[in-house]
Amino acid sequence: MIAVYIILGIIAILLIIFVSVYNGLVRLRNQVKNAWAQIDVQLKRRHDLIPNLVETVKGYMKFERETLEAVTRARNIAQQLPPTAGAGERAKVEGELSSALARLLAVVERYPDLKANQNFLALQEELTSTENKISFARQFYNDSVMKYNNQTQMVPSNIVAAMTGFKPGEFFEVTVAGEREAPKVSFS
Amino acid sequence: MWEQIRSNQTRTIVLVATLGLVFLLLGYFLGMVFFGDAITGLAIAIVVWAVMNLIAYFQGDNILLAVSGARKISPDDHKRLYNVVEEMKIASGLEKMPDIYIIDDPAMNAFATGRDPNKAAIAVTSGLLQKLNRDELQGVVGHEIAHIKNRDVLLMAMCSVLLGTIVMLAWYGSRFLFYSGMGRTRRTTSTGRGGGGAQLIIMLVALVLMILAPIAAQLIYFAISRRREYLADASSALYTRYPEGLASALEKIALSTEELKTANRATAPMFIVNPFNRKMNELTSTHPPIAERVRILRSMAGASFADYDRAYREVKYDPKGIIRGATAAGAVPIRAPGTEKMDEIQQARETSDVMWRLSNYTTLTCACGTRLKLPPSFSSSQVRCPHCGRLNSV
Repeated sequence: MIAVYIILGIIAILLIIFVSVYNGLVRLRNQVKNAWAQIDVQLKRRHDLIPNLVETVKGYMKFERETLEAVTRARNIAQQLPPTAGAGERAKVEGELSSALARLLAVVERYPDLKANQNFLALQEELTSTENKISFARQFYNDSVMKYNNQTQMVPSNIVAAMTGFKPGEFFEVTVAGEREAPKVSFS
Repeated sequence: MWEQIRSNQTRTIVLVATLGLVFLLLGYFLGMVFFGDAITGLAIAIVVWAVMNLIAYFQGDNILLAVSGARKISPDDHKRLYNVVEEMKIASGLEKMPDIYIIDDPAMNAFATGRDPNKAAIAVTSGLLQKLNRDELQGVVGHEIAHIKNRDVLLMAMCSVLLGTIVMLAWYGSRFLFYSGMGRTRRTTSTGRGGGGAQLIIMLVALVLMILAPIAAQLIYFAISRRREYLADASSALYTRYPEGLASALEKIALSTEELKTANRATAPMFIVNPFNRKMNELTSTHPPIAERVRILRSMAGASFADYDRAYREVKYDPKGIIRGATAAGAVPIRAPGTEKMDEIQQARETSDVMWRLSNYTTLTCACGTRLKLPPSFSSSQVRCPHCGRLNSV
């Protein structure tokens, strides 16, 4: 009789451990999802800002058509990426947009008239901030993914993860040259 | 990496427990002296503490924001500040955007309030907004967000209530003891346990406690506060990935000579730097010396907690470090500085415009380019421009 109780007790304890580990994994996975949503919001915001920026800048920059077109093109490619695309693919496309944008904003230096335009100044603040927000959101997302992945690979939570089908998350790594450092959005 | 801060709070917990112990001891011995019964003393002490806690819990933020004359701003009032706060909110993974307040004061300072991370507020002075560039502002805001994220606001509020209760009990206790002729009348109610000798010892212990408890409590309180400042600095460096921003902001703040008009002793630990008397002894200050904080931030090799801990140990010659167990889980590189150049005049104008607007002044731009600011009490329908003499309709 006592043996039965002991076995039942052990089962109960194992069950409690299982449930708490499982809940911990779910919490981490949700954090990764939320962090991803943050990146998504900021990327969308950038897509929305770009037509406005191109419109404002166009009149001043007669000789930079190529740079402007590169930005518009990169933006359209990024926007048309299906929402089901993974973090790696998205990071690549958005990285290209970042570098096109950085090139455009670097040539702004040559147009003092533009820098006196109130509309442009407001856009510039929004863009700097959006670039910052993207990189901060990426920072937080990657940290969340690392924490979640560690949890799915370490004993004993990896057993629970394998039993209930938790897949490792994908990092949002930017591989385009020049995007590794801080966003080179040079306004002055 | 983000959870490390939670596992490294053992020393804070020890300090808080000591503070609680001092409080209970005081209640115990005061009870023995006045009622001949330790339980009554403890009960009274705890009731007083609970009442003060309730007041602080429900009114703390409002009181703090009200006494410092802070005004709430909307996103459009000051785009840059709002954006920087949102950036740090994202970097820290805070769920809800804190409210933002501006204090109209040339002194450079900032604080965070809100016992609940979902109901938090950040206040900065207009002096700070005028004189810091974007990276520096980011460092300061990161420090304040860290206070919210690490729940320092709640911790410090609870500690200061505990401290306040200890000071109050000791003060009233010593008055009663003095005026009741060293407790002679009360002793008769004691239930006959212990002789004169035991009573005398209890009396002496109570007396010593009444003198020492407030001092000890104050020192412990300061120690907790300083630890949380270091942790917030470390978190700010981690969020911004740029310790130099906060370091250079702290340096600018240290150089400015203005004192915050609205700060007082009770609100002092809430600010990013101590609002008074910069030459205080290290033991009796709520904040570590600024020069030291700057040195630690500047000797960081990366932006992680492990890097901060290493820098702290080097600068302070303290082998114990500040963030125990901060292991280097991969290098966290420091980012390049922002390239935005600062225009101090532009920033000053921007900030003063916000302050005018928050005071309900209307702004009119005359055809000659002069900007007229009209007070809310202005009732006439036309105003003459003092510069060119044109009549402008309001």
